Amino acid sequence: MRTIALRDALREALHEEMARDDSVFVIGEDVIAHGGPYTVTQGIVDKWPDRIFETPIAEAGIVGLGVGAALAGMRPVVEIMYVDFITCAMDEVVNQAAKMRYMTGGQASVPIVIRLPCGPARLVAAQHSQIMESWFMHVPGLQVAAPSTPYDAKGLMKTAIRSPDPVAFFEYKALYVSEGEVPEEDYAIPFGQADVKREGEDATVVAIGGMVPRALEAGIALEDEGYDIEVVDPRTLAPLDMETICESVRRTGRAVVCEMDSSFAGTGAEIAAALAEQCFHDLRAPIVRVGSPHVPMPFAEELVNVTVPDVGDVSAAVRKVMA
Amino acid sequence: MTLNAELSRRIYTDMWRIRLFEEEALRQTSLGTVKGTLHTYCGEEAIAVAICAHLRDDDYVLGTHRSHGHCLAKGAPMDRMMAELFGRATGSCRAKGGSMHIADFSRNILGANGIVAGGIGPGTGTALASRIRKSDQVSVVFFGDGAAARGPFHEGLLFGSLWKLPVVYVCENNGYQQWVPRKNVAVVDSVADMAASYAIPGVSVDGQDLEAVYEAAGEAVERARRGEGPTLIEARTYRFYGHSLGDMEEYRSREEVDDWRENRDPIKLFSAWMKERQWLGDDEDEAIQAGAAAEVAKSVAYAEESPLPDPEDVLTDVLDTEWRVSA
Ligand SMILES: Cc1ncc(C[n+]2csc(CCOP(=O)(O)OP(=O)(O)O)c2C)c(N)n1
Ligand SMILES: [Mg+2]
Repeated sequence: MRTIALRDALREALHEEMARDDSVFVIGEDVIAHGGPYTVTQGIVDKWPDRIFETPIAEAGIVGLGVGAALAGMRPVVEIMYVDFITCAMDEVVNQAAKMRYMTGGQASVPIVIRLPCGPARLVAAQHSQIMESWFMHVPGLQVAAPSTPYDAKGLMKTAIRSPDPVAFFEYKALYVSEGEVPEEDYAIPFGQADVKREGEDATVVAIGGMVPRALEAGIALEDEGYDIEVVDPRTLAPLDMETICESVRRTGRAVVCEMDSSFAGTGAEIAAALAEQCFHDLRAPIVRVGSPHVPMPFAEELVNVTVPDVGDVSAAVRKVMA
Repeated sequence: MTLNAELSRRIYTDMWRIRLFEEEALRQTSLGTVKGTLHTYCGEEAIAVAICAHLRDDDYVLGTHRSHGHCLAKGAPMDRMMAELFGRATGSCRAKGGSMHIADFSRNILGANGIVAGGIGPGTGTALASRIRKSDQVSVVFFGDGAAARGPFHEGLLFGSLWKLPVVYVCENNGYQQWVPRKNVAVVDSVADMAASYAIPGVSVDGQDLEAVYEAAGEAVERARRGEGPTLIEARTYRFYGHSLGDMEEYRSREEVDDWRENRDPIKLFSAWMKERQWLGDDEDEAIQAGAAAEVAKSVAYAEESPLPDPEDVLTDVLDTEWRVSA
């Protein structure tokens, strides 16, 4: 199978869905110039000049218009340059997009995809490095995707675009250039299906987004110590496939939950709590969470290095549940 | 205060300090000592220095992602700024902020800002504080032309006008919003025209012409200090370098950039303007540039000699952990 980068996989998904469905369109800042900072929207203007909108710097307007267009039957794919700026449009996400179906007794459908490039990269400090998945998980009516591989990115993006409901689509900036196998033929990955990225017997490591490659690396490193870990990637955080996660933990009896964001009130907290509720009697050690300390992202590399969890942190957590 | 020879030389010196600071910072990024990204102010220096020349130490300044110039013009120590870019413990923000978040509260520089238009609401709020305290401090908020699209610009100007707050809104219109020409995404050419919606004066000036910015700023700052409310100043300008590091600049032509650098460089223009008045000799000019270069070199040495941050410091400054409620 051919190998492509994650950003290329996303770009393919957009092109294919735009070819498939006339109601799909793209809107965001700098999406025509270079195809956005991450090149994901490259080439669209050449094929569909009327279906890509390069906007003023006005996130509330961008998302608000997206919601309205979606209510009127279109399928907007919104790019927010950095997830940090989505706070400028939180009303549009939370009060306008997410609740509309419910408040209208099922009349409304808001098929909007909000692409949220996230995570630390290139030392750009506190206002350009956040992740924020858990903010969106907490809003009923939103779906949250966080792919870690090019294959998942493409398949989840297709599902996101085809979905009748809003999707917050997290793209880890640091993973854009990471490569992986992606088939040429059409496929979509249903939401709410975790993927076992590595099989193992000794401990289950649930890893989210940018932590997946780190967990896999830890898996290789830990082999030398005789630990055989299983790595489960939920792929979507809402809906969250606790079934697959629990199935794994019931087998291994040990669980580590890894996210790149602050672990306080985070994504891993939900997973760990659900594990405690559903697998308590199968656990042979307390659950360990890996995440960043509860601080804004600092600037200096020395500070960033102790903030963002790395392979060593995953390994240390595994050793802890194995001890 | 009218521009005289002495003040002009001081302002001119500041322009060189900013220019050379940033060119050195750019050079340091290529050496890998300055990490992260940089949004340089080169080409726009006349605006910050002309505006800040009217400000007192206790006046407030709030900036943007492109704020090295605002900070230096308002008196932030250069060595600590360079140390911040180097990510050193002695940096203005102790290596927690970096280029986009430089602040120096001892000079009422309340910070650069990574969020476009992020300073406008808070800047208007500092003016509200001055109003409540009956101080005659003035607040200046700098922002780019792109910021005029965002809600906080409109809401900020509304509040500023409604309550006649002592604030000067300074829009640095450089014609581009990252990689997009302003004309592609704006419906009014001059941001100054938007002042009409908020019933405040809107003035558009040539941002390369120091005297023009200086005069407009003088009026606006005095008006604010007298308690007559805000002014929106649009300074038409141009950035000489890319939006940030690694910008391929496909959205503008080499000729356009060269033309601005050659014919519209605010430093060259002001130097010629001073020389016409016999306010600046060639020797003085050289001495000013050499002095600025020496200060920049000193700031680099300071940064290089400064310690790296202690990793444990990552946990401090989130909240004031010393504070206890008092009964
Ligand atoms: C709310 C928000 N949206 C988008 C960005 C990304 N961004 C940073 S600078 C910039 C362009 C700003 O243009 P302008 O306001 O004209 O300032 P200039 O860079 O030209 O000085 C953009 C889009 C941001 N930092 N904040
Ligand atoms: Mg601009």
